[in-house]
This record gives sequence, C-alpha cells and structure tokens, in this order.
Amino acid sequence: MRNLVPILTVLAAIVAFWYAAVAPMNIRGALDVAERAGAEVVPAESRARFDQSIWRLMADNSEHIALGYSLDRPRLPTPVQVGSELWKTTGEMALRGRALSKRSLIYHGWITLQSTLWGFALGTVLGMAGAVAIVYSRVVDMSLMPWAIISQTVPIVALAPMIIVLSSQVGIEGRTVPKAIISAYLCYFPVLVGMVKGLRSPGAAQLDLLRTYSASGLQAFLKLRLPASMPYLFTSLKIGIAAALVGTIVGELPTGAISGLGARILIGDQFGTPLAIWAALFAAAILAGVLVTLLDLMQRVTLKRMGMQS
Amino acid sequence: MQDQVDAPALDRSTTKPVISAKSLDLTFQTNDGPVHALSGVDLDIGKGEFVSFIGPSGCGKTTFLRCIAALETPTGGMLTVNGMSADEARRARAYGYVFQAAGLYPWRTIEKNIALPLEIMGYSRSEQDERIARVLDLVELSNFGKKYPWQLSGGMQQRASIARALAFDADILLMDEPFGALDEIVRDHLNEQLLELWARTEKTIGFVTHSIPEAVYLSTKIVVMSPRPGRITDVIDSPLPKERPLDIRDTPEFLAIAHRVREGLRTGHAYDD
Repeated sequence: MRNLVPILTVLAAIVAFWYAAVAPMNIRGALDVAERAGAEVVPAESRARFDQSIWRLMADNSEHIALGYSLDRPRLPTPVQVGSELWKTTGEMALRGRALSKRSLIYHGWITLQSTLWGFALGTVLGMAGAVAIVYSRVVDMSLMPWAIISQTVPIVALAPMIIVLSSQVGIEGRTVPKAIISAYLCYFPVLVGMVKGLRSPGAAQLDLLRTYSASGLQAFLKLRLPASMPYLFTSLKIGIAAALVGTIVGELPTGAISGLGARILIGDQFGTPLAIWAALFAAAILAGVLVTLLDLMQRVTLKRMGMQS
Repeated sequence: MQDQVDAPALDRSTTKPVISAKSLDLTFQTNDGPVHALSGVDLDIGKGEFVSFIGPSGCGKTTFLRCIAALETPTGGMLTVNGMSADEARRARAYGYVFQAAGLYPWRTIEKNIALPLEIMGYSRSEQDERIARVLDLVELSNFGKKYPWQLSGGMQQRASIARALAFDADILLMDEPFGALDEIVRDHLNEQLLELWARTEKTIGFVTHSIPEAVYLSTKIVVMSPRPGRITDVIDSPLPKERPLDIRDTPEFLAIAHRVREGLRTGHAYDD
C-alpha cells in the first residue's frame, strides 16, 4: 500500500502533463474543425494561421481549445482516445469473435509476439553459447568480444532491410524468420554479456576447491559456474526480451510488412491515423510489460527453488 | 626413495612421513621482479600429526599449504605427499582442504554442499547419505542439514565446510586460517571441537594460523615462519598431552611454548627491519 501512493502520484503527473499537452498540439486541427463548422476564428483561413505560433492561436481562440480534445485525427490523442481505440481494436473485436481479424491488434500482436519469441530463443541460445566459449577460451574472448560490441553499434534500422533481402535471396519464405533474426541480433548481446559475467562470478577460492576434488571441467561448469550465473542470466533475459520485441518491431517497419505491430505503426503513419499509431505503440508496451513480468516471475520461482534470498 | 630424514629423530622417525618437503623453493615472477614466497623449506610431517604454520603475512605459510595441495607448483626442491608427487596426490584425492572463507554454495543446502565432493567423486546415493549424516554428526550440525548457508552463523558455516572436507575419507586435512574471521569465543569452541575431531578421526592436519594461542593449543608441532624470503625459522615439537582442556592454556608448559613461538616470530621480524 505504501508503494501505491508514489506510483499513483507519478502516474497522475504523467497523465496531467499529457492532457495539458493535448491543447497546444491539437489547436490547429481544432481551429480548422471550428472554422468548417462556421465559427469565428482569428485569423481566418488555415493558411494564415500557419504562420502564427500555437500559443498565440490558443490565446486568441481560447473558446475553441476544448475542441482539440475530441478530434477524429488528433496530432496528440488524449489518453481516453488511445484507450478506447485500443479497446476497439482488441477487446471489443474479441467480444464479437473477430479477435484474429486483420484489423485487430490481437492478430498483429500475435504476429509480433511469434517473431519476438523465436528471436528471443535464438538470441538466448547464441548468447549463452558465445558466453561459454568466451569464458573457456582466451582466443575466443579476444576475437569474438570486439565483434559482439561492434555488432551493437550498427543501427538496426540500416541492417533490417538487408537481412530481409538476403534471407529472401537464400529462399526463406515469409517474414517470420528474417524478423526473428533481426530480433535475435538485438537480444543476444545482453544475454552474452550477462552470462559472461555470471559464469565468471565464482571466485578463485571456489575454483580452487573444485581443483582439490580433482573435478573435471564439465563438473566445474555444471556444479559451479552454471548455477552461479543464474541471477545474472535472468537479469539479462529481461533486458533481452525487451530488446527482442524492439528488434521485431523495427524489422516490421521499413520492410513493407503488412502485419505485426510495427506494420500497424507504419500504416498508421502513411494513412494519417495517429490513433492507430498510438494504439499500436501502447499494445507493444503492454506486450513488453507482460513478457518482462513473466520472466520476473520465472526468476523468482527459480531462485527461490535454488534457496537464494531474493 | 629418500631415506635420510633431516628432522630431529622422534618417535615417528621409524615410519615414513606423510608429507615431506626438501629444500622447497617457490618464486613468483611479478612485474616488480621475482618474489621469493618459499625458500629452502625442509619439513617432514608424520602420520596423525597436527602441524600448525604460524608467521606474519607474506611468510609463505599459506603458499606452503597450497603447494602441498598442488594448487601452487614449487619452482625447486622436492615435495611428496603420501609418497607421491603433490599433483598425483591431489588427483588421488589425498586431502581435504578448508579455506579461510567457508565458501559454501548458496544454492545448495548444507547437506547438498557436503554432497558436492561426493557427487564429483561418484559415490552412490546411499553412500552419500550415510557419509553426510556421519560428518554432520562429527561437526555437531545434524539438525541443520536441510538449511541453506545464509541461515547459519559464520561459525556454523565454517563447521559445515570442515564437514565437507571430511566427507570423502582423505587422510590429510589442510586448513588455511579456517577460524580467522570468527570471534574469540566461537574460535575457542571450534578449536576444542577440532581437537576432538582430530582425536576421533586420526587425520594428519596442516593448519595455518595467525594466532599464537591457537597454534600452541592445537598442535603437536608448530612451524614458525618468516617473510622475505618465506622460510622456516623454528620447528617446535609440543610436549603437551594429546588430551587438552581449554584451561591448559594457563599452564607453565603452554606459556613456555607460546613464549618460544613469540621469540621465533620476533627474530623473523628483526631480520625484516
């Protein structure tokens, strides 16, 4: 309960700022609507208003500001508008049994989720394998690690179209695989770095102890390094899955995809329907939140079963 | 086989020493030039002896213990453990090693921590259970097997780590300042328990410590060492009886040995200054 007050305070501040921002952002649109409806607007003509600052327009036409909160195509929709658009494209469609219609965000979210999970699985496996190789081989450490770091400095927006083109070139049909590759590309890195740190976390005394038992390398890995890396792994996985989702959405953006949350964002932009963009954005954020929360729960259960204090 | 024994002829001189070092050297190459961690160390440890190594930091007492455990490799001289090279002895699992920090795995219960060496060495499940019960009883932790390390006090954790070192029947127990981080009262108690345990198991124990009373109270033989280069300055065979109540520390015999140890340490330091 004590946590609730600060959380709600921050939330209320964000919503208040959002509402306050709607008025200046939408003033031009509001005045256009008012003028078309025959109201007196200063100055008249959309053209003439173009040179005026939004603050001046608000001051001269204060009676029309309220219109900005109920536009059909607002520059900045209100939270309620976003919420109702989100509901219209998810819950309401589901209630009418059209959850998997191409106009439903549930359908697009599902497309995005599939690629995200494939990418996450691929990235996690690659990251863990890379970490094991780096920890056990100095040569790999020196040769692989710089490339891993460089790979993250390449803008993914530049790389994504190339991955799509190249994967269709080698005969991969559809977009799930190239999107998963893009998503894995973003997601393997935190897993790699976290696992390297985790696998290296046992101290010299811990490793000496296993030497005194004359333990094999495999035993040292399974009984010491791997369990010791678990807390690090879960932290990395949480970052990784969020990165994988971003990767998938980026993979859907510049590539002419027609389904997926990223495609919805792009289409919303092209057709001038900001509400669709915002609804897709929120759907992505909610999806990310659910995924991270699920991993957090897995972390708690696992570490608790390992007897660790959390 | 080297038969000539340099150590003073005592009752054990008839049997072969369990651990034997002959002019042992260990030099670490560092950026600031070579560091002589051990120089010309000669020592024989007989079966069932309790040998303490005492000296200021940098005197090589821990390094010597680690050489016996084959965790360090000497750069010169001879070292045999159970008649083998130290590394062969390590692979034959000839010793249990207790580190300064208990080093229990936080994700394993006390039982499972003790099971660790047994799992690695491939003991059967029933054999593991039987041994865990036995060593837990030996260190008086029978009721704590299901607990996790963080649920135990520091002293109890260290007892658990001793149990872990005892679980697989190694004849030699090497202990590197095992009670260094514990307070005086807990330390007294553990010292008493350790003597009892030694009497019951008849192990050969090598014990590194900073504390003069601890060394004198526990040992049949006290090895005084000094730094730069790390070497042995005195080896004292204790005349104290095997049966040692805590108040033996107030007897004149005890104080006389403690005095000799202190003198030995002081000589080592004078060389240094």
